[in-house]
Amino acid sequence: MSTYNVYMSGVGGQGIGLLSEALLRAADHAGLAVKSVDTHGLAQRGGIVVSQLRIGSQVHSPLISAHQADLVVALERHEALRAARKALKPGGILIYYDALWQPLPVRLGQAAEVEAAAVDEACARLGARLIRVHRPDLSDARMQNIVILAHIQRLGLIPGLDAAHYQQALEDLLTGKVLAANLAMFQAERHTAMTA
Amino acid sequence: MKLMGEMLLRQEAFAEIVMGNTALVRAMVEAGTQVITAYPGSPTPEIAAAIVSIPAEQRPFYFEFSTNEKVATEVAYGASVNGHLATVFFKSVGLNVAADTFVQLSLMHLAGGLVVVLGDDPGANSSQNEQDNRHYARLAYTPVFEPADPAEVHSFYLEAARLSRRLHMPVILRLTTHVCHAKQKVSFPAWQPAAVDRAPRFDVANGPYIPLPFSVAELKRRALDRLAAVRAQAVRCGLHRLLDHGNRRRGVITWGLPFLSLMDALENVQPRPDVLKLGVVYPLDYGQIAAFLGEHQEVLVLEELDDLLEMEIKAKAYDLGLRTKIWGKQDQEDWIGEYTPDKVGGILHKVWPDLLPAPPEAVDTVQVPERPPQMCPGCGHRSAFHAIKQALSAADITVADIGCHTLGYLPPYEVGQLLMCMGASPGIGAGLSLFNRSRRVLVFMGDSTFYHAAMPGVINALHNRHNITMIVMENGTTAMTGHQDHAGSGRNVLGTTPRIPIRRILEGFGVESIFETDTYQQEQLTDLVGKAMAVEGFSVVIARHPCMLKFTREQRRKPGFEPRRVDIDQKACERMHVCVAAFGCPTFTRGPDGRIEVNPDLCIGDGSCVQTCPTRAITPPARPSGANA
Repeated sequence: MSTYNVYMSGVGGQGIGLLSEALLRAADHAGLAVKSVDTHGLAQRGGIVVSQLRIGSQVHSPLISAHQADLVVALERHEALRAARKALKPGGILIYYDALWQPLPVRLGQAAEVEAAAVDEACARLGARLIRVHRPDLSDARMQNIVILAHIQRLGLIPGLDAAHYQQALEDLLTGKVLAANLAMFQAERHTAMTA
Repeated sequence: MKLMGEMLLRQEAFAEIVMGNTALVRAMVEAGTQVITAYPGSPTPEIAAAIVSIPAEQRPFYFEFSTNEKVATEVAYGASVNGHLATVFFKSVGLNVAADTFVQLSLMHLAGGLVVVLGDDPGANSSQNEQDNRHYARLAYTPVFEPADPAEVHSFYLEAARLSRRLHMPVILRLTTHVCHAKQKVSFPAWQPAAVDRAPRFDVANGPYIPLPFSVAELKRRALDRLAAVRAQAVRCGLHRLLDHGNRRRGVITWGLPFLSLMDALENVQPRPDVLKLGVVYPLDYGQIAAFLGEHQEVLVLEELDDLLEMEIKAKAYDLGLRTKIWGKQDQEDWIGEYTPDKVGGILHKVWPDLLPAPPEAVDTVQVPERPPQMCPGCGHRSAFHAIKQALSAADITVADIGCHTLGYLPPYEVGQLLMCMGASPGIGAGLSLFNRSRRVLVFMGDSTFYHAAMPGVINALHNRHNITMIVMENGTTAMTGHQDHAGSGRNVLGTTPRIPIRRILEGFGVESIFETDTYQQEQLTDLVGKAMAVEGFSVVIARHPCMLKFTREQRRKPGFEPRRVDIDQKACERMHVCVAAFGCPTFTRGPDGRIEVNPDLCIGDGSCVQTCPTRAITPPARPSGANA
């Protein structure tokens, strides 16, 4: 299989680390050669977290070249636009959870918040498929990553990975009530996954 | 769930997805390493996280977080001369702190061996510079092994430990950020726990261990002999790879993560240059290098950060009379930043324009607002900066130090106008106070950093009667690197231990003016800072509040936890924007019309913001927020 690059981005605290580790392990359970790397400097303090994942036997570095991501996954709108601009391949796919965590210049009144239309335009320019996900009734914001994971699976966004692989990955990483809650969310969201 | 601690001690062979930092710990287990010491710093904290995933009583080695990198190196050295295989790890700039001891290590007979694991940070992802620690290796006659991925981290450590133990010398395992953090499946061999000799075998006959004028020449000769022995064996240790693509015109010498970038950049290139990938980057095996040079008309030394090997290889080629064209750095940019696949593609194009096309230039002009890191919702430091700013005048000079509170330099606080390194602020502040009667000097200090490196600066300020005020930003943990305990926590990696309170240390030093408050008492803090700055001489304000990220995580695990948050009374809100633009909690969001909302994903209901609203429009959470609010 040819190389498949997944570029993930969010804000520190949103759970990009778990999402990335779940995709990494799911790909491994599917028998694919895979590498990944997290870049998270000071991100735990509200900065940007990026994780990169590369599937394929011809992969050397875990780092994805500019505009070479087949799939960009983001957990926040500003970061979705930033990541798409930086990493997304023309004709690729952007899936993002439409959370809004305003960056500092917006809160200071020095810059405008990114509007959803700007993400639409960026994807249109790239000829990319856009999948926007939002669950206003979600009780725990820390589940947003699992909602996205369920959509990635349901929509078959990563070739070669099926639901059992994702489930095994979550079972590798979580236990007890947290595992049960995440698996329940994963299953429920798989049924409601839809494209924007 | 897969348990990391169980995996690290598994006796049968297995393959598992691991980070480079985790692979290192398995290698330490397999090597029979007996003593491991460290000070936390990115990109290495996950090494410690893997270690402490093994329950303390099952750890086949002793591990501690030492007070700083120098102490960590000394503890490892002491263990090594007693016959125990030891390893010390810390981040790039940690070697500056450790240097006084580190540079002596190669002079000594290290009976048990000692591997120094360095987490260098090309690109300065989370450091104050991107220093290339290979300079220190040359300074201190110490070999450097440099792996490219997690599998090599494992095998290179084992080889480094073997060499160190056999030649009784220090060996550096130099990791870089994305080698530490890269994840892939690694196959690990079976491991049989072996009986360990823990008898204290220190013997002066292995010395001299006293480096003084009478012994220095002898010690240096021994160090150089050992280095020569490594040079002679560098090829035989099996860490080098030659990728012979049958190209007699062009070759590339490289190593570490840049090797992976090179291979990606060359993926669709024909004819491909031959590649010599080094594993031991210091000392070089000149025979191997000369042979590679001799077989090619042109050789590129693809070297991240500084040009050490380029210079050495060019000098050797000159000595040997080789006519090979040797390419190295083309311009200043080649000295800066991580050698990612994109960067390496650009360098290859500069050197050999016909080999691959120029990297595409960015055309998209859409701007996304920047997202600098922020203090967390509820962070006690935010209340501190908001309050302290009220006590400052525009002329005052504020000196930051290392820790989460460094972020106070950012808007909207802009408190902290200079920053250097761990524990530097009292010394810098003292210098700023000289001849200075008009501009007050305020310096900041974190609690872990206070123990790490601040005490000499504090004692100096007292001893030499400097007129500065120090704010101790006490949150009870080493927050920035992932909540490691420190000497004031009352815990270490093995269990409970006596607390060493900063206040008592300061009192012991003889500091007469010590003020203290919880930072959520913002008015009081403003008042105390004003009082402290009015004191002639050295004064201290301890501005304490527990790390709320840690506190909230602990609360969430408790049964019956209920999330709480503040609210905005839109009728009372006059859109003065103090909460969002002066206090600056990321919880507050600003609508295009100026309306303020609370982001429910972020607010922890600590209520520290309530007091900041001039029109009392922030509604406190239903119940008081936790014991510490």
